Amino acid sequence: MLDSIASLGRAGLAAVASLGRAHLLLIGILGGLPSMLIRPRLLVAQVYNLGVLSLLIILVSGLFVGMVLGLQGHYVLSQFGAAESLGVMVAASLVRELGPVVTALLFAGRAGSALTAEIGLMKATEQLSGLEMMAVDPVKRVLTPRFFAGLISMPLLAALFSAVGVMGGWFVGVGLLGVDDGAFWGQMQSKIDFNEDVLNGVIKSLIFGVVVTWIALFEGYDTSPTSTGVSRATTRTVVHAALAVLGLDFVLTALMFGG
Amino acid sequence: MARIRLTEILVGAFMVLGFVALFFLAMRVSNLSLATAEDGYSLTAKFDNIGSLRVRAPVTMAGVRVGRVAAIGFDQETYQAVVTLRIAEQYDQIPTDTFANIFTAGLLGEQYIGLDPGASPDMLSNGDRIEFTQSALVLEQMIGQFLLSKAEEGGK
Repeated sequence: MLDSIASLGRAGLAAVASLGRAHLLLIGILGGLPSMLIRPRLLVAQVYNLGVLSLLIILVSGLFVGMVLGLQGHYVLSQFGAAESLGVMVAASLVRELGPVVTALLFAGRAGSALTAEIGLMKATEQLSGLEMMAVDPVKRVLTPRFFAGLISMPLLAALFSAVGVMGGWFVGVGLLGVDDGAFWGQMQSKIDFNEDVLNGVIKSLIFGVVVTWIALFEGYDTSPTSTGVSRATTRTVVHAALAVLGLDFVLTALMFGG
Repeated sequence: MARIRLTEILVGAFMVLGFVALFFLAMRVSNLSLATAEDGYSLTAKFDNIGSLRVRAPVTMAGVRVGRVAAIGFDQETYQAVVTLRIAEQYDQIPTDTFANIFTAGLLGEQYIGLDPGASPDMLSNGDRIEFTQSALVLEQMIGQFLLSKAEEGGK
């Protein structure tokens, strides 16, 4: 009886302790900002790894998500004789919800898992300890550029996702299903507000970028230095990042559009 | 060295692409966009009520799109809506006594302007005004009139 209560308490304490370590790591990462600005090369290399290399999956997914939205939206809207509103529907769902969320999920799968595996393997092969032996802070040197690269890449990727998705919806709606071109864009422009919709979407994707990159870096840095440990940490990154993104999305949507 | 340079170029291109996408969302998708000048000539028409007609709505003749609504304004002296139509260049044979109606596509659909050609030998040219117009049908007004006529019938 007491044993089971003790194990519950142990699990709770471990969760709180890892949350604390994650926050300490975040403070350490942010503290590395000045030293990173001296060496912008490190940041550029990581933007390449996280952003440029994620472009293909983001662009292709965005195109197909937009095309499916076009098909599906036309199916429902044409039943009410309101197929002209297709542009509004496609753009609003992409800019407000699907763009940031799906991009964050893909980013967690494509870039987050790679980050965790890279950092975890650096720890397992004692490269991080090696850096410390040379009096180089591994958090500042290795983690900070990766964190800010994620922060920069996510909003840009989400914007690209939304833009390509709108083009996909336009291609299906106007090109294949015969919705009027002017009505598609005109209704979209009259209903979508820049501050209300587009800017809130950008803020969302920025927050998701912070969360996904933070989880990935922490899991990698906190891994037990074995092959099983690295594999578990990579799995945890994808699962935790996806759950955090979806949960946070609800909270952010309620805050931004719900009131 | 060449590899680092390639990385830098690719990262730069990625960031430019991202900002272009943001710009696209701002200008094309949301309402920050500026009016784009299409080729063709302009006509104006005054309506008593334009309903929910919007800028960029289609202008049709016999169901064929011949232009778009370029701007919507308000005349403070006559209390009428001033709609500027942008007609494509090849449709320059519109008689001066043409009738402009505001129609609705379907029951809940978007509103557009339909032009009924008249019989005048003179044609409209850039800057001219269409004299004969028919306002948009507002559903509430129609229902009100219907109920009123029903009530009158019942009173007899």
